[in-house]
Amino acid sequence: MSQKILLDKINIPGIKTYDVYRANGGYASVEKALKTLTPDEVVEEVKTSGLRGRGGAGFPAGMKWSFIDKKSGKPRHLVCNADESEPGTFKDRYLMEFIPHLLIEGMITSSYALGANLSYIYIRGEYMWIYKILEKAINEAKAAGFLGKNILGSGYDLDLYVHCGAGAYICGEETALIESLEGKRGNPRIKPPFPAISGLWSNPTVVNNVETIAAVPWIVNNSGADYAKIGIGRSTGTKLISASGHIKNPGVYEIEMGLSVYEFMNSDEYLGGMSSDRPLKAFVPGGSSVPVLPAHLIFKTANGEDRLMTYESLSDGGFATGSMLGSGGFIVYNDTACIVRNTWNFSRFYHHESCGQCSPCREGTGWMEKVLNRIENGYGREEDIDLLLSIQSKIEGNTICPLGDAAAWPVAAAIRHFRDEFEYHIRFPEKIKNRDHFVAEPFEKVKHLVAKELV
Amino acid sequence: MERTHHKQEINITETLMNRINELISYYPEDKRKSALLPVLHEVQDAHENWLSIELMDKVAEIIQIKPIEVYEVVSFYTMYNQRPIGKYMFEFCQTSPCCLNGVEDLMDYTCEKLGVKVGEPTVDGLFEVRGVECLGACGYAPIMQLGDFYKEHLTKEKVDQLIEDCKNDIIILHDK
Amino acid sequence: MKVTIDGQSIEVEPGTTILQAARMIGGEVVPPAMCYYSKLKGSGGKCRCCLVEVAKGSEADPRPMPKLMASCVTGCMDGMEVNSKSSPRVQEARKSVTEFLLINHPLDCPVCDQAGECDLQNLSFEHGKSQSRFVEEKRTFEPENIGENIQLHMNRCILCYRCVMVADQLTDDRVHGVMDRGDHSNISTCISKAIDNEFSGNMIDVCPVGALTDKTFRFKSRVWFNKPYNAHRDCDKCCGKTTVWMFGDEIQRVTGRKDEYHEVDEFICNTCRFDKKEVTDWIIEGPRVFEKDSVINQNNYTRKLEKVEIATEEKILLGREQDRKKISMAEFPLTEEDIINQKSLSNNG
Repeated sequence: MSQKILLDKINIPGIKTYDVYRANGGYASVEKALKTLTPDEVVEEVKTSGLRGRGGAGFPAGMKWSFIDKKSGKPRHLVCNADESEPGTFKDRYLMEFIPHLLIEGMITSSYALGANLSYIYIRGEYMWIYKILEKAINEAKAAGFLGKNILGSGYDLDLYVHCGAGAYICGEETALIESLEGKRGNPRIKPPFPAISGLWSNPTVVNNVETIAAVPWIVNNSGADYAKIGIGRSTGTKLISASGHIKNPGVYEIEMGLSVYEFMNSDEYLGGMSSDRPLKAFVPGGSSVPVLPAHLIFKTANGEDRLMTYESLSDGGFATGSMLGSGGFIVYNDTACIVRNTWNFSRFYHHESCGQCSPCREGTGWMEKVLNRIENGYGREEDIDLLLSIQSKIEGNTICPLGDAAAWPVAAAIRHFRDEFEYHIRFPEKIKNRDHFVAEPFEKVKHLVAKELV
Repeated sequence: MERTHHKQEINITETLMNRINELISYYPEDKRKSALLPVLHEVQDAHENWLSIELMDKVAEIIQIKPIEVYEVVSFYTMYNQRPIGKYMFEFCQTSPCCLNGVEDLMDYTCEKLGVKVGEPTVDGLFEVRGVECLGACGYAPIMQLGDFYKEHLTKEKVDQLIEDCKNDIIILHDK
Repeated sequence: MKVTIDGQSIEVEPGTTILQAARMIGGEVVPPAMCYYSKLKGSGGKCRCCLVEVAKGSEADPRPMPKLMASCVTGCMDGMEVNSKSSPRVQEARKSVTEFLLINHPLDCPVCDQAGECDLQNLSFEHGKSQSRFVEEKRTFEPENIGENIQLHMNRCILCYRCVMVADQLTDDRVHGVMDRGDHSNISTCISKAIDNEFSGNMIDVCPVGALTDKTFRFKSRVWFNKPYNAHRDCDKCCGKTTVWMFGDEIQRVTGRKDEYHEVDEFICNTCRFDKKEVTDWIIEGPRVFEKDSVINQNNYTRKLEKVEIATEEKILLGREQDRKKISMAEFPLTEEDIINQKSLSNNG
């Protein structure tokens, strides 16, 4: 069994409540930080831990904290990003639903480190029942003296509230989230200025993912150095992985960074292998925005090394043969899954979720979806594949926020690794119309029909 | 784009107003607008799950912002409804992991059973089926949202049961 | 601070954006801008037309910026080196953005009042292609009446947000805004409310395309048939300094005075714009001169025209001849005899 630092207490009956959580060592980090550490010392511990943002970008959390503007004298805010909506990702929900006080504790300790006296948890509107769970947990913590004025007699004040979104993936982007928290449309802001200088209500603000904040109590209770001992290289600590798709045991797992993808996929402790005797075809390691990988690049990297669950190993080989750890949304496909349909599905998602503010994303995501929809429905043209590659390359890097890249990458990766499947759809529309083409006829058997020479 | 004008009875009860004021108090005094999203949720829940122009104007008045600021926000977020919707809105997640687990067939089945198309309420106004994007429950697919709650690991039998329970009025939509 | 754009250096004040610096240099280095408007706070960054390559961040941190930057919202740093027109990457990006802005645009320039002074037309002329790769159906919106002075053509809109900023910053009661999201975002009042405010007409002047046009000028003339004159009147609401657009002795349209980047010098009120159409209302100062290649420049038609040789002319005519044969379209209403002949032709064919 690997070390668990987030989910170690999740199975304790009643851990949702303050009393049980407290009885099991909860809120120790608040006591330790407020009574024995200065805010800067907490920041230092987090820096030493090597903890990286768990929302997807993987930016070192301690460094992000150290950017916050303390000189201006403006009020500072910590905002927790619980707008979990990356397809394939459902880990934050698990944490908040079953051990809400861990997040509250993390918020208090982290707010103290940042010198924030007013902090928010921004949760997606669909998680309404969790919104209520968190509100309850906050009230309990407040009643126990961990929130409000003069916490534990330290002179430190903190108000913490939950704020709910209302159905917009884009609000997971930190500046869109801030806009939404200000009661506006979720349009990402132009950066700079970054939130650390001018964020919520133009005040210095740090936005962190739920899992990132939930790791802070352990780091403070133990030490940054202890955290850094877990994992490999710059991928320190543990990571929550949300696993879904054609696997035996879907769900949320806490792994130590550095576990091999093979073991994660096949051991009974984790995913337990495929859900049926259908073979593995592809996987997406970090949520829908990261590149999909074909079977031969999943367990081994292009140069034959074991693929590990780390930021570095999953992206080994760049986009040509690698992918990204992203938010840890692990989606597994067997050979009955149609890559074209799946790519269209993701494209529809990004089309639906684009805020519409900047032209490449507003127009490009819709265009890609329309072209993919044609291909999937048997109306593809030979030139559509190159057209898709061209559109995605015109979106990538040219947009205000990363949603453009997130929409472009899956399309490029699907064509990069499964181009013949796209060609098959275009050339044999009659074979794909019932959506059962690979069940009735394994792709390996028809692959010769789309040999490159035909072009 | 659904701005056809339907009538709606507006009733901001004392309980609702207290809750609204509580939500507004979560933000600094000069930042009332920040409460807009949570307030809209509360107001919508109390008004058969949709927001008419008059109701949005009322919210604007309470929050002390321009009506257009409310319209802009309501039309941006998918959870706010701008027309009357079925009382029991079955919102199926139709993003990839749910599709891998057969949500498309399940939606077809549900529509057929209720005799409706996606996005059209039943004649009695009791049901409506809608496809939504990832709800963040991919490991428990296929899933749907019904009111404030998720219904996971769906099967045809479970959908049948849910429809029965709705008809018998034993489904809780909002946890108050 | 010194900043270099396409090899040309200029000294600028801290806080100057790359676009502003480029405009100070002038000429070909100036990136196109569809959403940025120097007189509207918070504008810019959205259309992505003005993307430039920052080859050197600054003297202190010379690393290049990995992504292309929107020049209208990126501040200059001392020693910064920027590639604008000279960079193939930038040219490619501008082409891309132009294509994106055009795929859903109706391309109805022949019936659009903005034609001739349209920034999107200019952008397409510079960076567009003559063929479209977009075979899908174009997006359309329901028409909405926003009052008696301003015509809204949502299908032409590129969502620059300028008109929303005008309403926010110049008027005290904004009633229109951006509704919905993604590629269905649209400018609307949501309730078909008339936009009625003394400064609302400026929405027309800031609109870079034909999405917001002057109803009092609608279909009256093509802009290039009008002669623009600077004029002024004593106005108690605005500066009273305008450009009046004349056809003969008739004032057909009144606008703000626009500079070479098509930004007005000063905003004007609706009374000046919509209600003062008599020559006697104005003191006319003299002709308004625009940039030399613009079709709306007064001297455009007085210059000597050089003969234009179209090399493909013969081919075009040949193609037309073939089309004519294929379609067999008669030039005049058909006689009985023609119809009988045609029927027998098609039966045999």
